[in-house]
Amino acid sequence: MPLFEARNITKRFGDFTALDSVSISVPERSIYGLLGPNGAGKTTLIRIINQITGPDTGELFLNGRRLQPDDVMTIGYLPEERGLYKKMKVGEQALYFAQLKGLSKSEAMKRLKYWFKKLEIVDWWGKKVEELSKGMQQKVQFVTTVLHEPKLIIFDEPFTGFDPVNANIIKNEILFLRERGATIIFSTHNMSSVEELCDNITLINKARTILEGSVSQIRKEWAGNEYEMVFNGEIKVPVNGLYDILEQNSENGKTILRISTKGEISSNEILQTLMKSGNIISFNPALPSMNEIFIRVVESRN
Amino acid sequence: MNKVSVIIKREYLTRVRKKSFIIMTVLAPLLMASLILVMPLMMMSGSKEYKKIAVIEESTSEFGNVIPDTKDADFEYLPGADINEMINKFESEGYYGIVYISPLAINNPVIYSKKQPPIGLLEHISGSLEKEIEKKKLLQYNIENLDSILKQIRTNVSPVTKIVDEAGQTTETSTGVAMGLAYLGGLLMYMLVFIFGSQVMRGVIEEKTNRVVEVIVSSVRPAQLMMGKIIGIALVGLTQFMIWIFLTIATVAILRGTVLKTGNMTEVTQNITQSVMESNQVNVPSVQEAQELSPELAEFSKVFETAMNQNWLLIIFSFVFYFITGYLLYASIFAAIGSAVDNETETQQFMLPITIPIILALFVAIGTMQNPESQLSLWFSLIPLTSPIVMMARIPFSVPAWQLVVSMALMVVTFIAFVWMAAKVYRTGILMYGKKTSWKEIWKWLRYSG
Repeated sequence: MPLFEARNITKRFGDFTALDSVSISVPERSIYGLLGPNGAGKTTLIRIINQITGPDTGELFLNGRRLQPDDVMTIGYLPEERGLYKKMKVGEQALYFAQLKGLSKSEAMKRLKYWFKKLEIVDWWGKKVEELSKGMQQKVQFVTTVLHEPKLIIFDEPFTGFDPVNANIIKNEILFLRERGATIIFSTHNMSSVEELCDNITLINKARTILEGSVSQIRKEWAGNEYEMVFNGEIKVPVNGLYDILEQNSENGKTILRISTKGEISSNEILQTLMKSGNIISFNPALPSMNEIFIRVVESRN
Repeated sequence: MNKVSVIIKREYLTRVRKKSFIIMTVLAPLLMASLILVMPLMMMSGSKEYKKIAVIEESTSEFGNVIPDTKDADFEYLPGADINEMINKFESEGYYGIVYISPLAINNPVIYSKKQPPIGLLEHISGSLEKEIEKKKLLQYNIENLDSILKQIRTNVSPVTKIVDEAGQTTETSTGVAMGLAYLGGLLMYMLVFIFGSQVMRGVIEEKTNRVVEVIVSSVRPAQLMMGKIIGIALVGLTQFMIWIFLTIATVAILRGTVLKTGNMTEVTQNITQSVMESNQVNVPSVQEAQELSPELAEFSKVFETAMNQNWLLIIFSFVFYFITGYLLYASIFAAIGSAVDNETETQQFMLPITIPIILALFVAIGTMQNPESQLSLWFSLIPLTSPIVMMARIPFSVPAWQLVVSMALMVVTFIAFVWMAAKVYRTGILMYGKKTSWKEIWKWLRYSG
């Protein structure tokens, strides 16, 4: 049973349709990617999940039950447009947000200590937010998002503003949260992080779902007939009618070859042919990156 | 509800802890107290800012000396001086100006000066000349003992006003006190609603530009955030207000005890202070009143007596009622405006329609003091956007109960409607960025669902 489900969500603002019968189904303890170009309707969907706005039609389910106002306690949300009160002290502010999520002061204190230690930001507790760098502020924000141990966490572009080191820390924390049982909806333009993190995705364009499924499945479906292989040493690849050579590079005593097959030819046949040319170390269907798929799908729709 | 209290607490504490709040809270009463003490001091000591004014009379010498000196102007008669000569050199000789009296145009003396002379000075000059001319005219009738007759017929009528209630009981009142209270009630209401209302707006804009608002509305409803902010700021205002009243009284008490120990002086100060305390605000009529009455302190205590005859319970109840409802009404509009814009400079186009009823109310309130029974005052004291200010100005002159009830009922209905509408605009506005908002846009937001 999915932890969260949205069925046929439609939302209009006057004449403008922000979401047109969009459905998503998020399995428990998975990371679900919500993708789409700017203005596609992602943020509106996320706001609807957070009950910041309501849908015109459609239903939302959490844990098999209809979404209730009180469910905001079990949802954590890191919006794309995020900020903190600049003049307020870091610790006070974190406590404030925790209390708004319904935690008692003492419980919030206990958990904040844990997280501040974990993310190495204990020293900033008494500082004003305006004294912190943007990345530091993001860390504080991350803590306030997950502090009430939500079952469902929604991250909208969580990595913007982080340097690679801190982005990696946050990425590991997200994986850790899933380990501990959280389900995560993740909206981003950063496609490499989608490949790394997401189990399933939905791609929204112009208010409609245009692609959905598991990441590995989608990449396989879009793979087509390209293969990538590595040979030991420098080799000469025979030219024949079975395939086209897309790319051939030799470096460090290895040759990397990318081909695209012609017609209905199985990978075994290709292997048999190429084995004669040299010692094959690896042979893989060349999966298109999510980035390529994203661009191809969106452009084909426009 | 618990979340609203968390928000109220934050709104309250962050503002109360600000340096600017502490400074303003401490300094304002000190300033006010010194104003209260310094003003009578200036009035009593007869400030030495003399204006020396030359009086020149053409060919005769009947009026040259009739203009008495006042506490800030000396009139110096220069017999036989030449007006044309004086016009060129009066300033270098230290004169403020010249009063030129010609027997040919006795009713139109000319006053020469470098600057436009103040109205008080003109009235003083014309008054003393009129009196003298009248006297001269009377003299022509050759009445015996004219001087003593004139003294005898000089009268001073001061009507005593008594209000008759249903039971036929009469209570002595004072129109002056009623006017003072009307002025004060209206003005105070205006200041409180406007100052704290615009603070709400600034708070909303701050949250929006900080981008903190979306995080918050994922935990609480936008309406809860809005109400939390409005209530929190109201509490800040009340706190500041209480401290001001307390500190002003304390400062005046201390200063009076230590610095000013000169007999009469102290008494007058005391009276003025009391009258000001009474109303918690420096108010011009009461100070002027005090100035006029200062030699006759008995008169002054009478003013207090009649002031006590006002229906204070009603005044205080109405003030609290209109403050709460009026503040909620305007603060919610301010909050809606704050949510619709990206920064403070954009608020102007929306501020005007809100400022107009407030300013209008203030003008009508001032008119009310002259004519409390006018149709204009009646209608404006019933219309909810202006009633808090205008009704406060009307109450000291006593208002029929049905009017008060209608006004209050309308107020309650309207403020609920406005809070509800503002919450709808606010809910959409706080999440809109980078779009220049128009009235049409806001109208659309009002009709969005959920």
